Amino acid sequence: MYSRAYKAIVSLPPILWVGLFLLLPYALMFAHSFWMVREGMIVHQWNLQNYAKLFQNPVYLEVLFRTMRIAAGVTLLSLLLGYPLAYYMSFHAGARKDLLYQLVIVPLWVSYLVRGYAWKTILGSEGVLNGFLQYIHVTREPLSFFLYSPFAVVLMLTHIYTPFVFLPLYASLEHIPRNLVEASQDLGGGSRATFLRVILPLSLPGLLAGATFAFVLTLGDFLAPLLVGGPSSIMIANIVQSLFGTAYDWPLGAAISVSILLLTISLLFLTERLEKRWSFR
Amino acid sequence: MTLASSSPLQAPAATGSADALLEVRNVAKRFGAREVLKHISLEIASGEFLTLLGESGSGKTTLLRLIAGFEQPSSGEIWMSGERLDTLPPYKRRVNTVFQNYALFPHLTVQENVSYGLQVSGAAKAEIPGRVAEALLMVKMQEFAASRPTKLSGGQQQRVALARALVNRPKLLLLDEPLSALDANLRKQMQGELKSLQRELGITFLFVTHDQDEAMTLSDRIALLKDGALEQVASPREIYAHPATSYTAQFIGQTNLLRAEVRSGVVTWGSLQWKAAQPDGRVIFSLRPEAIHLAAGSSSASDAVRFRARVQQQIFSGSSEHLELDLAGQLLRARIPTRGSLSGEHDFWFTAADAVAVRE
Repeated sequence: MYSRAYKAIVSLPPILWVGLFLLLPYALMFAHSFWMVREGMIVHQWNLQNYAKLFQNPVYLEVLFRTMRIAAGVTLLSLLLGYPLAYYMSFHAGARKDLLYQLVIVPLWVSYLVRGYAWKTILGSEGVLNGFLQYIHVTREPLSFFLYSPFAVVLMLTHIYTPFVFLPLYASLEHIPRNLVEASQDLGGGSRATFLRVILPLSLPGLLAGATFAFVLTLGDFLAPLLVGGPSSIMIANIVQSLFGTAYDWPLGAAISVSILLLTISLLFLTERLEKRWSFR
Repeated sequence: MTLASSSPLQAPAATGSADALLEVRNVAKRFGAREVLKHISLEIASGEFLTLLGESGSGKTTLLRLIAGFEQPSSGEIWMSGERLDTLPPYKRRVNTVFQNYALFPHLTVQENVSYGLQVSGAAKAEIPGRVAEALLMVKMQEFAASRPTKLSGGQQQRVALARALVNRPKLLLLDEPLSALDANLRKQMQGELKSLQRELGITFLFVTHDQDEAMTLSDRIALLKDGALEQVASPREIYAHPATSYTAQFIGQTNLLRAEVRSGVVTWGSLQWKAAQPDGRVIFSLRPEAIHLAAGSSSASDAVRFRARVQQQIFSGSSEHLELDLAGQLLRARIPTRGSLSGEHDFWFTAADAVAVRE
């Protein structure tokens, strides 16, 4: 069909792209993770001590587990928000469907930073929330625990990632043939049985895709802790950032990055397997 | 619709003919400004095989969905066994449906599909496996119990859908064009199986189709719908022999519609005249092609209407010949037993009683 020259020319850009911006950086990161820093210089001496440090120094594992807890929290909350929304829109919104869909999408057009700062203004001690609580005389002094806590990080990331959870969920709900719902009702299934036995199982692939989005994106986030998290909610990406920056320990930073990468890849692999198993078309 | 506005003819609630299982009383359905069903009244007897026949858009599927409970009537009532049906949600009606595209649950096995109705309606756990096996045996699908529906052929899915709908032992089974996705041979076979299953189980079937052959083959009675209104409800023989309207005559089988003039008991159509007990004025007669015979010598019946016509076209179809006759510019279709090639002018006749007066 196509000549070899044509094939070569059209496949060049993607190959270059993947090679230069994906494979090369990963290879460099991988190599760095086996090097070491001596007297403020990176020494190209192959060793495993960066990986050993990960397990010896409890800080890293602690932060990693905290990151995963926060990611799990964000995933759970955005599912709790996103599923009912997607369900309502797909099955009951009727003519308002398109408008609501746009309303869910619009926040994605607003910069991440702007939304982060917005949460800062809401949660801060001079913020909207504290002002309101004092105004209605629920509190006398501004409460400081809203901002600079893991809670604030979970709140902000839930706000940001709920649309990502919503989209695949909504798509999978929209794909459920409506006559299956009717068949369930016809056979004697009330709303509860129909939801639990037909709608929920058939939306599992979308639910899984959404959950993966929220979890993986949170895992790599470092801005939310900087903006609203404070020291008590440092996440693993913050550590990587500082190791590559002020701490100047690229090899350790690379080792942590490789670990996170492996974690993410195995997670994606697992969910992909499950998604295949749960889809029936 | 409130009671006050319903017709006084239907007043006492639980009456109606003694063996009527389902009563559709003056039901109308509008979608926005579009009137899909116009005041339908219909009774279905217990154990009957009734077919809703009509073209697409005639409202037959809408009527089925009203009975199943997926839609609410705009006005009118539906009753089953002396109970109001149209106010119940679908899952409380003792009615089950075989859907057009089967609507089998893709995430469940054949066995799980069939047991679904028993599980969600709270049948005794111990009873379920036996009833599922029984239902699968009934449609000869027991060996596929562990398969997923997506792995089955259309005919097999059809059987599973049937077993799934029957396992709850409904009083009324609704079938929404269940055979339309099957190829011709399989379709014929499934028609036979459906009919014998219905006789065996004694369950009332309400069958929707646009295929008049299918309706004729299967039904005890046919309800013909046109533009959301009932044209005629009668047995296949009755509806074929005595179509009430020109639409019915044309839709069920083939026919010649003769637009004739009646004056003092004498019908005039072109050059032909015969006697009929009809009031004066314009009357349409339906004359089936097979009612027209080729005259062989001196022919029989005393009230025979004889005419000479030119054979315009002849199509051989095995046991019969389809003729297009030209009778002084008027076209008549005839079907006669196979009899070799015909050409030129010939004598034909039909019995006056075979020309049936129909409404426009």
